[in-house]
Amino acid sequence: MSEAVAAGGAPARPAQLFDYLLRIADTSLVLAQRLGEWIGHAPAIEEDLGFANTALDLLGQARLLFAYAAEVEGRGRSEDDLAFLREEADYRNATLAELPNGDFGDTIVRQFLIDAYQIVLYGGLRKSRDARLAEIAAKALKETRYHLRYSSNWLVRLGDGTEESHARVQASLDRFWPHTAEFFDADDLDRAVTGAGIAPPVQDLRADWLRQIEPVLAEATLQRPPDAAHRWYGKQGRHSEHLGHLLADLQYLQRAHPGARW
Amino acid sequence: MNEAGDWPLYEIFIRARGGLDHKHVGSVHAADAAMAIEHARDVYTRRQEGISVWAVRSTDIVASDPGEAESLFDPARDKVYRHPTFYEIPKEVETL
Repeated sequence: MSEAVAAGGAPARPAQLFDYLLRIADTSLVLAQRLGEWIGHAPAIEEDLGFANTALDLLGQARLLFAYAAEVEGRGRSEDDLAFLREEADYRNATLAELPNGDFGDTIVRQFLIDAYQIVLYGGLRKSRDARLAEIAAKALKETRYHLRYSSNWLVRLGDGTEESHARVQASLDRFWPHTAEFFDADDLDRAVTGAGIAPPVQDLRADWLRQIEPVLAEATLQRPPDAAHRWYGKQGRHSEHLGHLLADLQYLQRAHPGARW
Repeated sequence: MNEAGDWPLYEIFIRARGGLDHKHVGSVHAADAAMAIEHARDVYTRRQEGISVWAVRSTDIVASDPGEAESLFDPARDKVYRHPTFYEIPKEVETL
């Protein structure tokens, strides 16, 4: 694994830490919402539960991060306020997480790419100078290892399956691949939190990520797509047209019945 | 919705804690043994029910014939002397 955090550097301002926490939390929240859409529709009830379990893990990660972000912000917002009552442009998830489920293979490929990313991200964050974030990352890492195992196994089955399943997951991979550039493309915020020793340098995570991915692609007889420029920077609040629809679903209850509780 | 109709059925056994037996908890459909373990993990260990899983192809289980239940099991009914309840336990034996 690459060196997790810088040794010195300027401490991050609370606003920067807040924004950075949202990036991680929103990716988990949005992906959880997407996986939840499969419930009742997966090819078998066992896969229904598999996706639901992963979704609940991701939701749990998001909750811990939102709760922390709300404290860091210090303006009296709750984790629910952050999850349910922000505008679309205030969501900082990676774009890949918000893309529609497509077929089962599409969902598996999207999941696989994000699982591997979260493995290397949480692996780095575990050594964060921010003790609270390091604890959350350590818990999330354990869960994510299973997520990656699950998505990897399915990717191998589909990639090394029938001619049709192979062609379909290869097409998914080609379509989703450009969006992974966003994970490793450092912007000012990434540089600030890296400089403060809070987060690993994202550009260095890519080599670790490829080490997670390539053996699985090989076993699945899939070709790694060429790298390409990408158009959306979800982590900066510039999303595809799909996030708005997802949020309409996600936020409906809290918008229609403000403060509703179980 | 169930396109998994051609997946074989596996019986699932789970050990709740170290030192206990694996107990039958139910079954899952899966394409192969590795998938059966993952399905069992997702279906039957969501609430910390176990630390170990066994999966066995349902067709590999040899079962007694329900039609023979009478001849197999009824003869034990009137043999109460097989239950060890007729011994006097000495006071010195504390934990029995």
